Formats: sequence, C-alpha cells, structure tokens
Amino acid sequence: MATAAIEQRREQTVTVSRRRRKGPPWWFALPALALFAFIVLVPSARGLYYAFTDWDGLDPNFSFVGLNNFRDMWHDPNAVQAIWHTLLIAVSITVIQNLVGLLLALGVNSSIKSRNVLRVFLFAPAVVTPIVTAFLWRNLLGPDGAVNSLLGAVGLGSWRQDWLGDPQLALWSVVGVIVWQFAGYSMVIFLAGLQSIPAEIYEAVAIDGASSMRRFWSVVRPLLAPAFTINLLLSIIGGIKLFDQVYALTRGGPGHATDTLSTLIYKDAFTLGEFGYSIALAVVLTIIVSITSTGQYVVLARNERAAS
Amino acid sequence: MNRYTWRTFSLEAVMIAAALVVGFPVYVLLNLAFRAPSDLASPVRPTTAPTINNFIEAWQQGALGGALFNSILVTAGSVVVILAISSLAAYPLARVTARWSRGMFLLIMLGLMLPFQLAALPLYQTMRDLGLLGTPWALILFYSGLQVPFTTFLYIGFLRALPVDFEDAALIDGCSHLEVFRYVVFPMLKPITVTALVLNAVSVWNDFFTPLLYLSGSTQQTMPVAIAGFVGQYVSQWNLIFAALVISIVPVLAVYFALQRSIINGFAGGLKG
Repeated sequence: MATAAIEQRREQTVTVSRRRRKGPPWWFALPALALFAFIVLVPSARGLYYAFTDWDGLDPNFSFVGLNNFRDMWHDPNAVQAIWHTLLIAVSITVIQNLVGLLLALGVNSSIKSRNVLRVFLFAPAVVTPIVTAFLWRNLLGPDGAVNSLLGAVGLGSWRQDWLGDPQLALWSVVGVIVWQFAGYSMVIFLAGLQSIPAEIYEAVAIDGASSMRRFWSVVRPLLAPAFTINLLLSIIGGIKLFDQVYALTRGGPGHATDTLSTLIYKDAFTLGEFGYSIALAVVLTIIVSITSTGQYVVLARNERAAS
Repeated sequence: MNRYTWRTFSLEAVMIAAALVVGFPVYVLLNLAFRAPSDLASPVRPTTAPTINNFIEAWQQGALGGALFNSILVTAGSVVVILAISSLAAYPLARVTARWSRGMFLLIMLGLMLPFQLAALPLYQTMRDLGLLGTPWALILFYSGLQVPFTTFLYIGFLRALPVDFEDAALIDGCSHLEVFRYVVFPMLKPITVTALVLNAVSVWNDFFTPLLYLSGSTQQTMPVAIAGFVGQYVSQWNLIFAALVISIVPVLAVYFALQRSIINGFAGGLKG
C-alpha cells in the first residue's frame, strides 16, 4: 500500500518535471498566430504578388506584368514626389517633435509649481483622434481662420498666409499640426526616462560644479538613450505611414503638394481603381519602413550599449 | 536645489506660454462651437451670445449616437480579444527556447514591420467575399489580428524579466499549464496589461483608415468616419462641424482626465517593454 503510494508520487514528480522542462505548450500561441496570419501575413503575401500584376480590384482575370508597376512608378512624377514628401515629413517630424518634446520634458521635470498640471495638459492632444484635430486645424489654418486672425490681432498682419493653400507652405503646416499634437507624447516618454535617473546622480554632478548644459550633455543625455530609441522609432515610423492628417487637412493638395505614399495608395486604389499599381506603392512603403526601422534600431541600440 | 528662484519663475512662464500654444486651438474650437452661424465676429474674439443649438443640430443630423456606440463596441471588443490572445501567446514564446518558439517569435516580429497598407487591399477583397464589409465585427476581427505583433512583443519583454519560480511551484502543486497561466502568470502581468490596454484602446478608437475602407458606404460608422462624413456633408458650416468635433472629443478627454495617471503611465510604460 505504502510502496504503491510512493510509486505514484514518484510518477507524478517525473511528469511534473517533464512538463516543467518542456514549458507551456505551443498551442497557446495558436489563436494569436491564426488571426495574425489571416489578417496580416496572408494578405501581405498576396499583396506582394498583386504588385506584379495589373489587377483592378474586381476583375478576376488579370495578368502578371513583372516589374512594370515599379517601372511606371519611376516615370510617375506623383509617385516620385510622394516618396520625397513621405521622407521629408518623416524626418522633419522626428527632429522637431523630439526636440520640442525633450525641452518640454526638461521643463516639466524641474521644480516649477505647475509641473503636474502641465504634464497632464500638454499630453492631452496625443489621445485625441488625429482626424478630428486635423479637421479643427483645417479651419484654423484657413485664409480667414483663427491663426491669421490672431496674427492680425497682435499686429503681425503681414505674416498672414494661406497656410494650407500655398503649395510651398502646405507641407510644413501638416508637419506643424502633427508636432502640435504629438510633442506631448514624446515629452511623456522622455519624462519617464528622466525620472528613472536616480537623484544621487544629479546631486553628484551638481556638487562637481558642472554647468547645466554640460550636465545635460554628458550625464543626462546618455542615460536617456532608451527613451531616444523609442521616441525616434515611433515618430519616424508614424511619419512614414502618415495618412489621416493629410487626408483631413489637404487631401494631398494643393495639386499634389502634400501627397504622401499612404494618400497616393488610397487615391490610386479607390478613386482610380489601379489596385496593382497601388499595391506596388505599398511595397515601396514597406521597404522604406523596414530599412529605416531596422537601421535606426541597430544604430540606436549600439549607442544605448555604448552609453550604459 | 528646490528653492523657487527667478530662474524657476521664468521657466514657469515659458512653460505656461507653451501650454497656451497647445490650448489656443481648443479655445477657438469651443468658442465657435457655441456661436450662432449668423455671428461673423473674428474667431479669436470671445462669443457674446453663446448657444447650444449647434450641438443639438449636430447630434440629430450626424447620427453621432450610433457612431459613438459602434466605436465603444469595436474598441472594447477588440481590446478584450487582443489582450487575451496576445498574453496567452506570449507565455510559451517567452518561456520556451525550442526551435518552433523562436520561429513563431520571428514570424510575429515580422508583423511589426509590415505596414498595413500592404495587406489592406487584398484583405478588403477577402472581407468583401466573406460578406463582412460594413459590419463592426469585421473591424473587431481585423484589429484582433493587426495588434497581435505589438501586444505580444510588449508581453514577451515583460515576461522575460519575470522569475519562473512561481510557475514552477504551481506546476508542482498540480496545476495544468492553462491554470498556471490563468491564476499565476496573468495576474503578474497586470502592469503591462494596463499599458497594452491603454495603447490598444487609443489606437483602435482613433483609427480612421481601416473603417474608412471597410465601413465605407454603410450606415455602421465609427466616430472618426462619422466625423469625416459630417465634415464632407456640411462643408463650410463650421459652427456645426465644430460642435460635432466637440461631441467626439468630450468622451475621449473625459476618460483621459479621469484616468490620467494610468493612461500617462501606460504610454510611458512602452519604454520598459
């Protein structure tokens, strides 16, 4: 009787340790993987195939056209321009938004009295629907909008512009609207980085008598490396994929002055019915996203290691 | 170091000026939303005879109530499914070092890179063939798949930093792996679950491109699409449009200000992931 119980107990221990060694079963990942495959992987793979066809989105009879879509893109001034705009917007947003966000974070991380209120307030635009804020700004930036009224009211009437109607200016207005909305997002991430730096480090360098500029550059900046990695990746990828704000502010206009890859993909597919060509543009977008995000990640991760 | 000096004061002034720049559009938004269309004063001048007629008309004309309901349904439904399947998937992927686990991990990480534009058009065709276009269910299905890579990535990063001792103890006590996950692992994941919840809810609620594609032409709209439709319909009646914008912003900001601590920490929490 006793030996049987011991035997049973030993068997249990063996199965438990085997289960432990093998870890949780693979089928736990199955629901996630199945949905991911259905929604992302399979359609992306099909997209990759359609990029080499002349499919119009409806007709089941379409033919394989090799690299023609990509060759057409090269000769399509709208596509070349859209790629250029996409890169320009992504880089400008990344630089300006993070600079503003960092300055705001440093300000909010100081001993000013309003710091808690300001933190909540400055971040608020980042949770509001981008299409909604963009429609608001479309009115504010109009010829008779509030921005021009304000400039007139403070005696800067000569600075009035047709912010969204002037092809030279429209792209920068789009960038401005995005920075207005998301600088607080960068701020919050930088702030989390700043607050993870132990107070002793600040005190030690303050005792050393280093100037505040020098303190920031040689002590705080390297410790902010993880926050920089996240912020730069988020803003550049967001910038490359930009659609909503352009759609609401300018629809890619005036002319094609603010068309990005995403707005052109949408227009070519749903107003012109050129699905094959549109997907070829999406392939280019994919390549740009992959190269920038991996490249940036590798460089930033190396800096992070060097800093730690 | 913590004394309130002249330098602190000037910094305070600069920061408040920055806050005014952020607040200016909101002031104009409210100012014009409460203004009668006949009042043609400058948009920066405070409205003298405020009225709530714009709100009443926008609410009645824009079918915003239905859109609000759809947005809540889609966001809540998607977030529940996303969190459930992603946390469950992250558990073996973070714990098991076998080859299938590495392979699945890399496959999911590939999804972090693929922009949705590539899959959007073929998926549009599939949804059409399945008769799912124009329904909120299509959106829930869609976000559940789309948000898997990012959410699983967050969970895996967090799980790898957690000790396995509790799981081992529970297994020795006779729990199955599913019970270990349900009663031991998932409760320990709470901080990252809050982060994932906040980030997913905000991105699903705010998404415009997907419902624009998959709900276009139907009466089932989410808030962003309803607003875009409203703007298209009332082209230059800005007082009415502004009232609609306010209606769409109020629920978001109400939740934000009520839960600001968790929400801000949620956004900043991606940093540790």
